[in-house]
Amino acid sequence: MTDSRKHDQANGAVETSLDSGNILSVSGLTKHFPVRGGIFLGQTGVVHAVDDVSFSIKKGETLGLVGESGCGKTTLGRCVMGLYPPTAGKVFLHGKNMALENSRQMKSMRLQMQMIFQDPFESLNARHTVGEILREKYIIHGKKRVGTDQEIKTLLERVGLSGDDIHRFPHEFSGGQRQRIGIARAISLNPRVVICDEPVSALDVSVQSQILNLMVTLQREMGLTYLFISHDLAVVKHVSDRIAVMYLGKIVEFTTARALYKHPYHPYTRALLSAIPLPDPLARKQRIILKGEVPSPETPPPGCRFHTRCPHVMDICSTKEPKLKPLKVQGSPHLTACHLYF
Amino acid sequence: MVNNRVCCSPETGAVFPLLQVDGLVTAFDTEKGCVNAVDGASFSMAPGTTLGIVGESGCGKSVTALSIMGLLPRPSGRIVSGHIVFDGKDLPTLSPKEMQAIRGRRMSMIFQEPMTALNPVQRIGSQINEIYAIHFPGMTKKQRTRGAVTMLSQVGIAEPSMVMNNYPHQLSGGMRQRVMIAMALASSPDILIADEPTTALDVTVQAQILELIKELQGKMGMSVMLITHDLGVIAENCDDAVVMYGGRVVERAGVKDLFKNPFHPYTKGLISSIPGLAEKPKSLLPTIKGRVPSLDKMPLGCRFSNRCPHVMDICHTTPPPETLVGVSRGHFASCYLPGESRD
Repeated sequence: MTDSRKHDQANGAVETSLDSGNILSVSGLTKHFPVRGGIFLGQTGVVHAVDDVSFSIKKGETLGLVGESGCGKTTLGRCVMGLYPPTAGKVFLHGKNMALENSRQMKSMRLQMQMIFQDPFESLNARHTVGEILREKYIIHGKKRVGTDQEIKTLLERVGLSGDDIHRFPHEFSGGQRQRIGIARAISLNPRVVICDEPVSALDVSVQSQILNLMVTLQREMGLTYLFISHDLAVVKHVSDRIAVMYLGKIVEFTTARALYKHPYHPYTRALLSAIPLPDPLARKQRIILKGEVPSPETPPPGCRFHTRCPHVMDICSTKEPKLKPLKVQGSPHLTACHLYF
Repeated sequence: MVNNRVCCSPETGAVFPLLQVDGLVTAFDTEKGCVNAVDGASFSMAPGTTLGIVGESGCGKSVTALSIMGLLPRPSGRIVSGHIVFDGKDLPTLSPKEMQAIRGRRMSMIFQEPMTALNPVQRIGSQINEIYAIHFPGMTKKQRTRGAVTMLSQVGIAEPSMVMNNYPHQLSGGMRQRVMIAMALASSPDILIADEPTTALDVTVQAQILELIKELQGKMGMSVMLITHDLGVIAENCDDAVVMYGGRVVERAGVKDLFKNPFHPYTKGLISSIPGLAEKPKSLLPTIKGRVPSLDKMPLGCRFSNRCPHVMDICHTTPPPETLVGVSRGHFASCYLPGESRD
């Protein structure tokens, strides 16, 4: 794909269909990872983890990013956070391009954007007490902000832990409690945007609902904006205002949570929704079973990336890549990338 | 097709159960002393049906399965008491040799993570061959290979003869789980125990695998024990369900009955805390307060007593008998709440 084409798509439909008041916008974000091999470890291929993704999030909104493993949702989250330098494309926070900022400015921007990680067992330093883990944030971001014990205790209580937990180590906590520590760390400096990468996937159902409630409550109280990444459609539906469905590094459908579940257009979204097992034995629904599995992102299929598994595949699908375009439907903007509709 | 789709309980005794677990207690030696991972579980399975065992991590559902299969890690794990009656034989009393004739032949098991369950340095073909070699010593090499190819194509693998020569790492997660199912069903067992068979898989692949298990169950007429933490999987795939908490069975019922009319506060809490597709976004979900205590710190009486919204004095002191409340035919809950005061 040439750079000019990328740019064209980046400035395409998504941007125009959304009104202003965006706190975070991403335009034409692309991340390729080189694959090295052979005797001299030369580059033998490229993993197209994220390919030309654009979206924006309004203040106080939750944008759900959903897709199966390998669709690039985690890479996208990390690129937005600035943990991976993007191959192409831009990330704007409050209208400022993050890539152009120097490292000091980057640090101050990080104050406004924080991340919650999936694995509460690996994202906390096992050798530090909870107090040390949380205080580190204040130290990194300048001495004026050094958190007192009292501040940290208040923070712990805010996320549903006890102030006395400040001297305990991560291994003394259960998975759900550790995720609460992760959330406390993310919100400690009053960020505007929190990127949540599968925050409840490692948790049991009864604990999962506690953490989701905590996140919803904190969002209301602090006016947070979430980019919520998950493979679980029921969870994403529960927390999101709008949802982007990703498949092999591309957004294939993008609309409000309600519209997506009520009337999905893209065949992949339809199959994904129909595959969720519902906790109701009397619910009768038509299940779409997809053939095969997600192809490797190293060699994504030409044309529409979903055409190898699509039940409605046409000739054009294997040659021409569909663009993400708004459908002519009533109500909220509904974008999809599928030749069936255009 | 599936025969005898009859819900059966030991109490009604309508159909002779294929497998009956009665008062199973399985203990593990840990650093903190001996703990009962399963503490008096009873349930039964009718031929040709699917029984779901559901619960959160640490509830003893996997240990129950390992106890049935005689696969408890030794020497730390052991069955302390209770009966597992399969085909008139009490499995814990069998000699290792007698057990070998049942395990893998009449009862098979598939595991959550197929990568760790398959041998990484052996080709798929020879791993399947091994099952025939052990359980059907009369078969020739040619028959074994033909059997393996047939099994692989039955589980929906497009090029079975190619996959036969592959190593597990060359296959995707869904393919590996298909290979595991092929291996488990190679001996056409009476019972397939599936321990979280789709937890490591994506939702579209999960749908494929569950569909495959259902289809093969219909073809071969076996019974399936589906162990999962996902109530949605239970609702869509099982005839009967057993809800476990802290090593005990808190409720068992036919699946429709269980979801329509859950009795135990834990079951109710579990069902209502799943984020549904129907409700309003960003609403607060009902939750179960607290968390599962570790096995060495379980409450004395009812193990759910420290989290239960309806806890009474008796709950703290005496564990409720497993079938204390008969909600309806074949539906039992282990709870002191009187049968009629359902909210």
